[in-house]
Amino acid sequence: MSKTESRRPVVVVDNVKVTFRLFASGKRISPSTARVKHKGRLREVEALKGISLVAYEGETIGVIGTNGSGKSTLMNAIAGLIAIDSGAVYASSRPSFLGVGAAMIRELTGEKNVILGGLALGMSRTEIREKYDAIVDFAGLRDFIDLPMKTYSSGMVERLKFAIAAAREHDILIIDEALAVGDQDFRRRSEARMRELARNAGSVFLVSHSMKSIMDTCDRAIWLDAGLMKMDGKAVDVCRAYSEYVGAPLDD
Amino acid sequence: MTNLSSEQLTTLAASAKLKRVGKRQPIPSYIVDTWNRRAFAAALARYQLEASTVKSSLGVAWLVLVPALQVAVYGLIFGMLLGSSRPANYLPYMITGIVLFQYLSGVFTDGAKSITGNYSLVRSLNFPRMLLPVSAVLSNLYRTVPLVGLMLVTLAILGEPVRVDWLLIIPVLALMTVFGTGLAMLSARLTVHLADLNQLIPFITRVAFYVSGVFASVDKIVAHYPSLAIFMNGNPVHAFLVIARGALVSGYAAGAMDWVVASAWALATLLFGLVFFWLAEERYGRNV
Repeated sequence: MSKTESRRPVVVVDNVKVTFRLFASGKRISPSTARVKHKGRLREVEALKGISLVAYEGETIGVIGTNGSGKSTLMNAIAGLIAIDSGAVYASSRPSFLGVGAAMIRELTGEKNVILGGLALGMSRTEIREKYDAIVDFAGLRDFIDLPMKTYSSGMVERLKFAIAAAREHDILIIDEALAVGDQDFRRRSEARMRELARNAGSVFLVSHSMKSIMDTCDRAIWLDAGLMKMDGKAVDVCRAYSEYVGAPLDD
Repeated sequence: MTNLSSEQLTTLAASAKLKRVGKRQPIPSYIVDTWNRRAFAAALARYQLEASTVKSSLGVAWLVLVPALQVAVYGLIFGMLLGSSRPANYLPYMITGIVLFQYLSGVFTDGAKSITGNYSLVRSLNFPRMLLPVSAVLSNLYRTVPLVGLMLVTLAILGEPVRVDWLLIIPVLALMTVFGTGLAMLSARLTVHLADLNQLIPFITRVAFYVSGVFASVDKIVAHYPSLAIFMNGNPVHAFLVIARGALVSGYAAGAMDWVVASAWALATLLFGLVFFWLAEERYGRNV
């Protein structure tokens, strides 16, 4: 691992542990209900068992691991969207997820969803007006933008979501499997846009099951396994080790 | 793997001036942040309203029609039930009561759902969570303003003299909005801790409806049961109805003291709601 003391750290993850305490019913225990005696039916799931890492300025870090290895939990902890049980996450600015899906309303036109999604991401109305044409063209939805979003195919919706989220520069960006959407042409354009975002961003985390897109876009990769950091190093090395581990040949 | 110890990581973070993620902001910058993002709260309120009416053929008209029908039904039922013990100038009295009451009950009910009903939003995007109860208030304000217009027209048709005093409905609505914002933040946080509270909310609004002098004067009830005076008179909803009727309904007057009481309720509730909501800012959306 290269010594990078001269570069500026933008994200520091210090021994983060996350445990989900659940009733057998799947209901999460809140501090107020935890006092109630449910000992027998209690389940504890250790999602992260102490993860530390430092991300430096300009780094694009791939995050790999099998389902349930803690990838999404770690990303949520970095973004500050879930509570961590011990440890801490420090960042130069609040990390944001590349995604606006939750803010969108299916009954409304694509146009209104561009405005709402943009505002949800923290853009100003003027900024949205300036970027509106670029967003619509990037999504390739010029002819359908005045139709309600519920009339769109799932691919069209995904394209619109990506186009809105990618219209804005982010300091620290977390992308969860965003590249798996759309057709070949859209995938090519979104990968290019992603690399552009990464160049301008402080640092990018890319969660993906595709070793090819990790190796294409990332210089570094981390491999999570059962809530622990199994490997952290050059993307090519980590992807190769992971592929051997899961017994699938590296698709290149 | 990072071979730095926890102390080294903390020092590294401090020397690079990194901030701890998810830590609650101090309240002044939290308010400034919320203010800067107000366009999002307004758009969310407008678009959610629009989406809720898109399926029916009368569309947004329903937002005014439903409460108007409610006024008609209540007016008929309580008008008959109360008989001779009706408050003076009954129809204008009852109409102002019900129209303004539905604003506050709507704010309280929608505020309670503003965090719990928007978990996907809270879990995937970073913004001051206060925007959600604020958006619930705005959504109710957008519905109430045309309804108040309709109410004024109805009062004029019923023979109420159109007076300059009617303009006072603007500060009345402003004070109710200040109060409602505090109320929405209160119910927003309470339902996060206690989801079961959502079941009680219709019950709470119903009780408030009966004890706030919406359709019948509280004075008569208090005369019979003096021990209830505290619930009836020390009641913010009643305080707003008093100043509203003073401005709109002939035969009812509101003095300077009534305005002071209503303003005090509005400001105190806003401040309390604000601090109460902010204290749990880092917990919204995380404990489910």
